[in-house]
Amino acid sequence: MAYTKRSDGRKMDEIRPIKAEIGVIPNADGSALFAFGGEEDGTVAIAAVYGPKPLHPAHMQEPDRGIIRANYNMLPFSVTERTRPGPSRRSKEISMITENALSSIVDLERFPGTVIDVEILILQANASTRCAGINAAAMALAHAGVVMKELVSSVSIGKIDDKIVTDITKEEEDWEEGEGSTDIPFTLTSRTKQITHLQLDGGIQTSRLKEAYGAAVKACEKVYEYQVRALKGEKNKRE
Amino acid sequence: MAEASKETKKTRRIVVPGEIIISGEDHLPGDFTRKEDGNIVANRYGLADDTGRVVRIIPISGTFEPRRGNTVIGRIEDINFNGWSIDIGGPYSSFLPLSECPRFIDRNSLPDFAKVGDVMNLKVWSIKKGGVDLSLKSRGLGKLEGGRLIKINPHKVPRVIGKEGSMINLIKNSTKTEITVGQNGYIWIKGDVSGEKKAEDAINFVVEEAISQGLTEKIEKFLKG
Repeated sequence: MAYTKRSDGRKMDEIRPIKAEIGVIPNADGSALFAFGGEEDGTVAIAAVYGPKPLHPAHMQEPDRGIIRANYNMLPFSVTERTRPGPSRRSKEISMITENALSSIVDLERFPGTVIDVEILILQANASTRCAGINAAAMALAHAGVVMKELVSSVSIGKIDDKIVTDITKEEEDWEEGEGSTDIPFTLTSRTKQITHLQLDGGIQTSRLKEAYGAAVKACEKVYEYQVRALKGEKNKRE
Repeated sequence: MAEASKETKKTRRIVVPGEIIISGEDHLPGDFTRKEDGNIVANRYGLADDTGRVVRIIPISGTFEPRRGNTVIGRIEDINFNGWSIDIGGPYSSFLPLSECPRFIDRNSLPDFAKVGDVMNLKVWSIKKGGVDLSLKSRGLGKLEGGRLIKINPHKVPRVIGKEGSMINLIKNSTKTEITVGQNGYIWIKGDVSGEKKAEDAINFVVEEAISQGLTEKIEKFLKG
């Protein structure tokens, strides 16, 4: 059976409804929530930013720049089968790619020898958790007053059978018929549309990858719109 | 934010990093902005001030950035052989050397002057690479005995103080407390327990309502009620 219709009724290039909010963690210097999809079956990530602050142990300090230390963690109740909290192979990998995705937009030379801690927690998972995490982290960094060139927006594009689809869910990720399923998370900068992070899980023809990039640009614009709206709408709420 | 521009010229709008604040060659980039292809672009989150020729961003959130001459409040974290390490917030650790104390202190008995956990009113003396040096050599600086220490966002400090200290004096007088505000967002309050509590609540109220109009009246009402 070919993949002609998405199970949740979305169009092929349609993103799940987005929820974005800032200031969700009062004790952090900056914080944000970002969710793809509804409250019952979506992906929800929160991010907290602390710093820049002195970095210890001192041997980790860089004399000419600060560093970003991201920590991605899925909470035990975020998936159907309990996950063990704490570092795992997967969470370490995602922490690293988050650091890389954010480092190029932040002005790290401003505070040499310091660290900016980015804590990302996944409250609920239904695919694209790393994208939701990066989106929340970018908003939290901005909210924390960190000097940065622009924001980043992240979205995962999939190839299910032979269709390019935007923002895939867990169900689509597990598709096995036809050509199977491919998951390609993209992170793009908001102004210049440069790629700061790209992963590929599965297989895709070279020509189709360009098509996927086109879909990512379109979807990231939508994500950016919500990020900006959340950052600006905060004016009348608590700090 | 279309409605913002319709109002008086002084109304400022929130910008996000990477947003174009203003186009054209009539303006110059100021604090936290850059020029890119003839546009002035924001480098951080804050309020854009494009009333003058120089466009700048006024920060509304984030950590404390120490500047020379800032009056700050700090808590002693550690004592070593020639001074005290002090937590004042911000990106770097800060240090009060023995030589910056106004009176003679025996090198062997530093804890007699100030112990770990004591709170002090200090001045930022110099900012070096990787550290801040503090000083006690100025009027009104020194140890703050008793009381409580609270922390607020350093960018809200001007609002807490008010025009020529109007807000802070209002809180001081009606709660009968002594209050010292550091530019790093640390606030020291001393008085009787209920007064301290009331002053703390009032300060947090100011921080929460920092952007609203007619704040002084609201605070008066808050302190009475």
